[in-house]
Amino acid sequence: MLEVRGLKKVYEGRQRRVEAIRNLTFTVDAGDLVCLVGPSGCGKTTLLKCIAGLLAPTAGAVWFGGRPVTGPPEGMAVVFQEYGRSLFPWLTVRANVELPLRRRRKLRRAERARLVEEALAAVGLADVHHAYPWQLSGGMQQRVAIARAIAYQPQVLLMDEPFAAVDAQTRAELEDLIRDLWRRLGVTVLFVTHDIDEAVYLGQRVIILSASPTVVAEQVTVDLPAQRDQLHTRALPRFAELRGHVYEQIQLAKRGTRVPAVTG
Amino acid sequence: MRGVLRRAGLALGLPIALLAVWWISTEDSQNFYLPPLRTILRAFVETWTLDRLRADVAPSLARLAAGYALAGIVGVTLGLLIGSFRWIRALLEPVLEFFRAIPPPVLVPIIMLFAGIDHTMKIVVIAVGAIWPILLNTVEGVRSVDEVLVDTSRAFRLGPVARLRYLIVPAASPQIVTGLRQALSISIILMVISEMFASSNGLGFTIIEFQRSYAIPEMWSGILLLGLIGFLLSVLFRVVENRVLAWYHGLRRAQRSS
Amino acid sequence: MTVTTNRPADTGDPAVGGAGSRVGDSRRLRGAVLGVTGLAMLMLVVELLPHTGVVHEQYLPPTSRILAVLVDQLGSVEFWVAVGETLRAWAIGLAIAVVAGVLVGMVIGLVPALRALTASTIEFLRPIPSVALIPLAVLLYGTELRSTLLLVVYASFWQVLVQVLYGVQDVDPVAADTARSYRLGVWGRVRYVVWPTALPYVMTGVRLAASVALVLAITAQLVIGSPGLGALIARAQASNAIPLLYALVVVAGVLGVVINLVARAAERRVLAWHISVRREVPR
Repeated sequence: MLEVRGLKKVYEGRQRRVEAIRNLTFTVDAGDLVCLVGPSGCGKTTLLKCIAGLLAPTAGAVWFGGRPVTGPPEGMAVVFQEYGRSLFPWLTVRANVELPLRRRRKLRRAERARLVEEALAAVGLADVHHAYPWQLSGGMQQRVAIARAIAYQPQVLLMDEPFAAVDAQTRAELEDLIRDLWRRLGVTVLFVTHDIDEAVYLGQRVIILSASPTVVAEQVTVDLPAQRDQLHTRALPRFAELRGHVYEQIQLAKRGTRVPAVTG
Repeated sequence: MRGVLRRAGLALGLPIALLAVWWISTEDSQNFYLPPLRTILRAFVETWTLDRLRADVAPSLARLAAGYALAGIVGVTLGLLIGSFRWIRALLEPVLEFFRAIPPPVLVPIIMLFAGIDHTMKIVVIAVGAIWPILLNTVEGVRSVDEVLVDTSRAFRLGPVARLRYLIVPAASPQIVTGLRQALSISIILMVISEMFASSNGLGFTIIEFQRSYAIPEMWSGILLLGLIGFLLSVLFRVVENRVLAWYHGLRRAQRSS
Repeated sequence: MTVTTNRPADTGDPAVGGAGSRVGDSRRLRGAVLGVTGLAMLMLVVELLPHTGVVHEQYLPPTSRILAVLVDQLGSVEFWVAVGETLRAWAIGLAIAVVAGVLVGMVIGLVPALRALTASTIEFLRPIPSVALIPLAVLLYGTELRSTLLLVVYASFWQVLVQVLYGVQDVDPVAADTARSYRLGVWGRVRYVVWPTALPYVMTGVRLAASVALVLAITAQLVIGSPGLGALIARAQASNAIPLLYALVVVAGVLGVVINLVARAAERRVLAWHISVRREVPR
C-alpha cells in the first residue's frame, strides 16, 4: 500500500544545509496500523509531510498504491497535531467535516450529509454539529479533525502526533478511538508519535527512527493481543518489555551515530 | 428592566450632560462664531428639510456609496491577486505603500485634471483615495493565512476555487474588514473635501457656502449633520462587521479566556 | 559529502502561507530588488505615458519633468519653509494628541465607572470626520497654524485614545491581582502592570496617529490655506503649474512613507523586549 524508498530530505537554510532525513525505507501494508517513534527533532513531521505529498523529498520517493507521490494523492487523509489551527474557525463542525467532500462531485448532498453524520457519530460527537471548533475543548476538536479524515473515506490515514497537545485522560480515550476506528473501517494507519507507550499500545508494528540525519533504526513487531485496553494491556509484562526495548533503542539513537549537519 | 434602564442611563448620561453644559454656557452667547445651542438646533430643523436632504445630502451619500463600493470591489480583488503571489507582492509593495502615504485629499487636484469637476470626479476621487487601505490590508490578510490551514487544504486536495472561497477569503476577512473600516473614514473625508473644492451641490458644498456667507448657525447645523452621518455610518459598519465576523470575535474571545 | 539533486524545498503554492521562519537572506534580498524594480517600473510608466500620447502631457507630465521640478524645488527656500511648517504642525499636533490621548485614556481606562460613562460619547465623537471642523477652524483661526492644529489634534487624539483604552483593557487580571496583593497602590500598579501592558498599544496608537496627523496637516493646509506643503499644492493647482503639482504630491507621499517607517522603527525599538500577543496589527 505505502512504500517509502530511500527517502532523503535536505533543508537549504541560511548558511548551512540541514540533512533532516538521510535514508528512510519501509513499507506499510494495507490494513496495518504502524507507529513511527523517534527522538525529538528526528524529522518525523518532515517524513509525514513527504508521505502526504506536502513536501517534495530531495531524493528517494514515496509510493502509494503502486504510484509515486508527487503531490497530495487521492485516498490519503491527514490529521495534524495542531488541531486548533487545522480546523477552519469560520465553519461549523459539520461544515468542517464536510469540506473535503465537496470536491467530489459524484457525491450528492444527501450522501455527503450521511457520511458527515456517520463520521461524527463514530468519534462520539453526534450532537455538536452546529458548534464552532473554538467553542469545543481540545479533545473534541481533535475528534472533529479525525471525523473529517474518516468522512473522506481514505485508504490511508496519516496522523502527525495528533494527541501530543491533549491531556492524558483525553489522550487515552482518543487512542482507543483510533484503534476502534481502525478495526471497524479497515483503514491503513500511519501514526507518528514521540510517546513510546502510545506507540506500543496502538501499533502492530513500531518503526524506530534514529536521530537526525534520520534513518530507520529498527522495526519492532508488537505481538500484543489484538484486543487491547488501557488498563490490562498496559499491565502486561510483554508491554513493559516492548516498551523498554523501544525506549532503549531511542536512547541509543539519541546518543549514537550522530553525523553533524553538512555545512557549506 | 432595571438592567436596560441602567445601560441606557450610562449610554446617554454623559452626552446629555455635555449637551446641557453646551446649552447653558452658550445660552446668552454674543459670540458671533458660537451661537447659543438653541439657535443652532433651530437652524438644524429649519435647514435640513426633507427637500434639502434630498437635494444636497442624498447625492453626497450616493457618491460616497459608489466610490466606497468601487474601492472595495477593486481593492479586494486586486489584493487577493497580489497577495497570492509572493513575487508580485514584493514587486508592488513599495509602490502601493507610496501611494497609500499620499494624503488622500491631495489627490483631489490631480484627479480634477483628468475628470473635471462633475459626479464622476468625486466618485473617482473617493475610490482612488479609499482603495489603498483596502488593497494593502487584503494583501496582508492573504499573506498571513495560517500555514496549518494551507497544509490541510492541500492535503485534502481542495481546488483553487474552493481554496479561495473556503480558505483564503475567510481567513483574510478580519484584515480586509480593518481595511474597509479605514477606507470608510477616508471616503467620508474625501466626499466632503471634493465637494468643498469644486461642486454645485452636496453636503460639503453646502457647509462651505454657509461659512462663506457667514450663516453661522446653519454652518454649525451642517457640521452637526456631518457628525451625525459619520456616526450612523460607523454604527452601520459595526453592525455588518459583527454579523460577518461573528466567528472571529467568538474565536478571539475563546482564545483570550484560555 | 552527499550529493543532492536540486529540488525545491516545498511544493505547492508559491506564496500563500507565512514562511517567515524560513526566509533567508537571499529571499529578503530578492524582495528588496523586486521592490526597487517595481518603483522603477512605475517611474518608467509615468515617463512613457505622456510621451506616447496615451495621456495628455497637460494631465500627466513625464517623470523626467517631475523630477526636474522636484530637484528645482529642493533648492527653493520657500519649499523648505513649507516643509518645515508642515512638519512643525505635524509634530506639535501629534505631541498634543499623544499626551492628551494617553492621559485621558489612562484615566478613563483605570476607572471602570468612567469607562462605562464615556463609552457612548467616545463612540459618537470618534467617527466625526475631522474635515467637518474645517469651517469652524477657518472662522476661529483663519489661516494660522492653529487652524491646522485644530484638525490635526482632533483626528490624532482619537487614534491614540482608542489604542490606549484597548491597552488598559488588555491587562492580565492575574498580574493586576498580584500587584494589588503586594499593596502597590494606584501609581505602582500603573507603573508596573498597566503601563507595560499598554505600551505596545500606545506605540501602535502613536504610529497610526503619526500618519493621520500628516494627512490632516496637509489637508488643512490644502483646504484652508494655512502655511505649509498643502498650501503650495493648492497654489500650484490654481496656477496650473502641473509638473510642480505632481512634484509636491510626490514630496507629500515621500514624507508620509518616511514618517511611517520612522514610526514603525520606533515601535520596534521600544517593543524589542516586549512579546506582543496581539496578532492583528492595524495598518
